Amino acid sequence: MSGSWRQEKPAFFMVLTAPALWIVLFFVVPLSVIWAYSFGRTLGLTEVDVTGTLANYQRVFDPVYLLIFGKSLVFAGFTTAICLVIGFPYALVMTFASNRGKVLLLLGIMLPFWTNLLVRTYALMAILRTEGWINSFAGLFGLGPFEMLHTNFAVIVGLVYVHLPFIVLPLYSTLDRLDRSLLEASLDLGAGHLRTIFQVVVPIAWPGIASAVMLCFIPALGSYLTPDLLGGPDSQMIASVIERQFKRANDWPFGAALSFMLMYLTLAALLVRAWQDRRKQGQEQAA
Amino acid sequence: MSAKNRPGPLEYARRWPMRLWVAAVLVFLYLPLANLILFSFNDSRRTIRWEGFTLDWYAKMLGDAPLLDAFVNSLTIAAISTVFSVVLGAMAAIALWRFRFPGKGLFDGAITLPIVVPEICMGVAMLVFFGTVMPWPRDLVWPLDLGAIIIAHITFSFPFVTVVVRARLASFNREMEEAARDLGAGELRALFDVLVPHITPALIAGGLLAFTLSLDDFVITFFTAGPNTVTFPVKIYSMVRFSVTPEVNAASTVLMAITVLLTVLGMRLQGSDVTKIQGGH
Repeated sequence: MSGSWRQEKPAFFMVLTAPALWIVLFFVVPLSVIWAYSFGRTLGLTEVDVTGTLANYQRVFDPVYLLIFGKSLVFAGFTTAICLVIGFPYALVMTFASNRGKVLLLLGIMLPFWTNLLVRTYALMAILRTEGWINSFAGLFGLGPFEMLHTNFAVIVGLVYVHLPFIVLPLYSTLDRLDRSLLEASLDLGAGHLRTIFQVVVPIAWPGIASAVMLCFIPALGSYLTPDLLGGPDSQMIASVIERQFKRANDWPFGAALSFMLMYLTLAALLVRAWQDRRKQGQEQAA
Repeated sequence: MSAKNRPGPLEYARRWPMRLWVAAVLVFLYLPLANLILFSFNDSRRTIRWEGFTLDWYAKMLGDAPLLDAFVNSLTIAAISTVFSVVLGAMAAIALWRFRFPGKGLFDGAITLPIVVPEICMGVAMLVFFGTVMPWPRDLVWPLDLGAIIIAHITFSFPFVTVVVRARLASFNREMEEAARDLGAGELRALFDVLVPHITPALIAGGLLAFTLSLDDFVITFFTAGPNTVTFPVKIYSMVRFSVTPEVNAASTVLMAITVLLTVLGMRLQGSDVTKIQGGH
């Protein structure tokens, strides 16, 4: 399909130059600067001396920050697990729906996804408030009122609400490619639906499920707005700490080190995925 | 129920527990949004009980000059960023689809990275970049003062355009371009007369996607924006922090209506390519 660049130099340079320059200047350079700062020391207000020190990374392992990192991992982990449980049946129904049903279910999950994150979070605030719907409903049964907004519970609800599409879409694209005759064989041979799902679907779809989990976990881990608006003082996640270093606390090198901890995790996840893809390709070629 | 109507073994979409589950998920997703829209029409300052229909909050919003300024800023940023994103995104897609070149994997990776990088990381990177490496002058005339935000938005939007255009290019018949070349068209001529019409639906869909992404972005803008360059989401954020009022509901509803409209339009235009893109990354 693709030809070598040498054969059509003018066309090649015409299409490549601008996007390549843009991505280098406005993406690679800013990230590199942050990366360099993560090995630096604050001099003045916006001055950083890059000394190659690892002190900023050592501070990440300070119990205070380690606790917040741990809490962020727990929040993101719970979110991903709940999203998986809620999203898997949805993706399964989508896979086996009629074409029209597929489009409607896709739209059903896409519309909130494309709605402004801030708007969605705000919408949840109204529901979770002490005077909100859930409490009025519980009130009918003489329960509550429950204090839900500005708690860890609200943060998890918010994260699940926001990240559900991240897991449903890749799950759907995996399940849709599944060889249905294998499922039929399993059911014909007497396995129940749950057993078929856990012993046939899950093992085959495993790479897809793993990548769906990563696609949900990484953005959940870096969430800023959700814990900020729905959480209480003790539900801070790592992004809030990063924000504080760059704004109020004015410790850019430490903030840079914290944000690069997130970057390292992201890059590691990407490498794992690339490795999986390559292995899959290798298997397909061998077969 | 006759045997004929009973769902087949694999027809999960027709089993009622599954349907109930899907319905519950949709209620979870849409109830808060419906509640938000409903109460933007509520004739009461306190947003708890329904007191009757009113358009007062929308009228009040139209009289709120800072909010309108923020809205105009957002639309301007989105429009400019969309034009750049479509051009850059399409160029990158064509380069990746058409040519083999040294460093192709690296370029592909660098262009995919803005899609997956945590927003907060990109936000602080932009903050530092426009603070030290390339300081953006503070007192420029409008809309030049929005330059830093526009650049940041183009950076995270155009890779999405690339993904959309690449999905479309996969279905391009190279023989068409070769035929044009055989008939005497130059390389560039063939590119513009044959390739561009083929990818037009993807360009429009990608453009709508870029527009929506830009209009929606809060985190990256929050870090890039100066005190005088407030966008609509940033303005709503400060309103939400301050208090929960029906006016915020009205502003949110407007923003939501615009995005939903653009998204549905975009999905329409992309048609069958949509499912491919979901699988693409």
